[in-house]
Amino acid sequence: YSKRGRPAPGQGFQVNFVMQDGEEISVQAHEGESLLDVAWANDIDIEGACEASLACSTCHVILDPESYSKLEEATDEENDMLDLAFGLSDTSRLGCQVLMNKSLDDLTAKELALEAMLESRLELISARLCT
Amino acid sequence: AATATEEERASKPFKVAIIGSGPGGFYTAHRILKHVPQATVDMYEAMPVPHGLVRFGVAPDHPEVKNVMHTFDEVARNPNFTFIGNTSVGTYVTPGASKAQLEVSDLRPHYDAILLAYGAHEDRLLGVSNEQTLKGVMAARSFVGFYNGLPSEQDLEIDLSQSETAVVIGQGNVALDVARILLTPLEELKKTDLTDKMIRILEKSRIKHVYVIGRRGPLEVAFTAKELREMLQLPNTTFHMDQQLLASEMERAGKSLERPRKRLMGLLEKGIKESKPDQPKSWSLLFLRSPMGFTGKDDNNNSGHLAAIDLGINRLEGDDSNRKAVSTGEKESLECGLAFRSIGYKSVGIHGVPFDERKGVVPNIDGKVMDADQNLVPGLYAAGWLKRGPIGVIATTMADAYQTGDTMISDWTSGRPMLNNSSKDKQGSKPVLDLLHARGHRTVSYQDWQKIEQKEFELGAKSGKPREKFLTVEEMLKVLD
Ligand SMILES: Cc1cc2nc3c(=O)[nH]c(=O)nc-3n(C[C@H](O)[C@H](O)[C@H](O)COP(=O)(O)OP(=O)(O)OC[C@H]3O[C@@H](n4cnc5c(N)ncnc54)[C@H](O)[C@@H]3O)c2cc1C
Ligand code: FES
Repeated sequence: YSKRGRPAPGQGFQVNFVMQDGEEISVQAHEGESLLDVAWANDIDIEGACEASLACSTCHVILDPESYSKLEEATDEENDMLDLAFGLSDTSRLGCQVLMNKSLDDLTAKELALEAMLESRLELISARLCT
Repeated sequence: AATATEEERASKPFKVAIIGSGPGGFYTAHRILKHVPQATVDMYEAMPVPHGLVRFGVAPDHPEVKNVMHTFDEVARNPNFTFIGNTSVGTYVTPGASKAQLEVSDLRPHYDAILLAYGAHEDRLLGVSNEQTLKGVMAARSFVGFYNGLPSEQDLEIDLSQSETAVVIGQGNVALDVARILLTPLEELKKTDLTDKMIRILEKSRIKHVYVIGRRGPLEVAFTAKELREMLQLPNTTFHMDQQLLASEMERAGKSLERPRKRLMGLLEKGIKESKPDQPKSWSLLFLRSPMGFTGKDDNNNSGHLAAIDLGINRLEGDDSNRKAVSTGEKESLECGLAFRSIGYKSVGIHGVPFDERKGVVPNIDGKVMDADQNLVPGLYAAGWLKRGPIGVIATTMADAYQTGDTMISDWTSGRPMLNNSSKDKQGSKPVLDLLHARGHRTVSYQDWQKIEQKEFELGAKSGKPREKFLTVEEMLKVLD
């Protein structure tokens, strides 16, 4: 992906990442890229321990409800791994499985503003340790 | 009270020693090296080969899980990182434990911080009769170590040709790993890095049925959906469990179930419904059973071969959050030629470091070690299974390693006391390596490990496997001669 460069503003799918500290980063995504690819191409720090092979859940993101509803449903295998994610929410997905095309064919790039919130993993862990 | 100014710390190299090279050690190293550019991390590992349970625990047919090794390789490429393999630190406090190459006191003078990440290396016993004397009764931990090529388990006697039935006691993911290895078609396993030695044992296997046994009910199982789904997809294998128990437990729990539990129960229901009868192999989840003891083939001979497991039958009591197994007084006996106890791993203390025997962890707050009087110990930290207890997948271990890393980074940058604050120039691994080498001890660097690994890749390629592991420390080291 780095070879073909990044789409110019307005040319790709727009993805807004909301970081753990609340900072928002808007980036452009190519068709076919996964949210994890997009994040990595833009130096946004999402983990992807199993390298997108559906074996870890570290790429967990929480989507805004509207974007979530536009996506195809997660497969059983994705849900199996999501079940292990910290802070699982109703609009959780695995970043490596959300592709920027497929289910989004009928949407123009501009209409899609996916908001991916990074899970607040560490707080949850410490909360659990205290109990 | 702070003893160093922030400016002092910012210009000083942060000298960190890590004991253990599993995910706990590596992810903490990753975090520190990323956020403290002037840090140097020296990782001491007892084995000549790194990565802990990623190599010696994670099942051979889960190669995707092992992709984390690429991140570990990347950490190791950092010029400020040094791997010191074949070097154990801290003699275990168990009586008769062999002496470690180094004690924690050998490291202390040369570092600002020491991270304990040596995992959980013992297994729990059931505490019932004959579990340590009969042939055929073993710890899942030993069996897993054996099939994954862990050198210390290679003397394990495993004979899968004695009986058609195996029992796994415990209902976690490790239990399902064991059951899956016993039931998966051998052609599939031959494509993995399962050791040749194990493949030859499986070639003679007559095992057709595996019982996976738990004290409590279906709502209390510890395995997760991915592993269950794999079991339900095993070819030519029927699945059994008590459908009524599942239905009544689900009804009782009603809507209170959280999504992961609910999906897991749904998967069990589906498994029952779609299970094909009369397959050549089968596996069962057996609930409400507590092991009471093992019987040998010869009644008066408790050191012979396993013939049966005696089980006490339980019922469930207590509210949803705290269901307890209570004995009904009834008993039954189940014939089997193999039994694996899979009721958890256990950490052990090492000399010179606080340890909570009851919880089996190094006591800590957010990774910072506490002594017996609940005082924080400057410069000592814990991560991984040693910090949290032997539960959780690599993702859990990663998150808690990052937490420990953040604690260390914040202690360092804000000038909090570290190890031996007064000493000015700490030199990290250099004096330690000098000491080891003067004693004639052979250490293994990450480059050395990669030579060993290259050899393993080459050996594996000959038989179409990702790698063929060396089974002894001697063979590993011989590659480096
Ligand atoms: C059988 C099994 C299967 C698993 N499968 C999966 C899976 O499929 N997916 C998943 O996500 N998780 C899996 N896990 C969980 C995962 O392996 C753990 O979460 C993780 O390995 C814990 O990391 P750790 O660093 O605390 O311990 P470990 O990985 O055990 O690492 C500890 C390291 O310390 C070294 N060491 C011990 N004593 C000393 C000493 N005195 N001096 C120096 N070094 C020492 C050990 O040799 C080892 O390398 C599995 C676990 C087991 C047991
Ligand atoms: S990167 Fe592992 S599941 Fe997405």
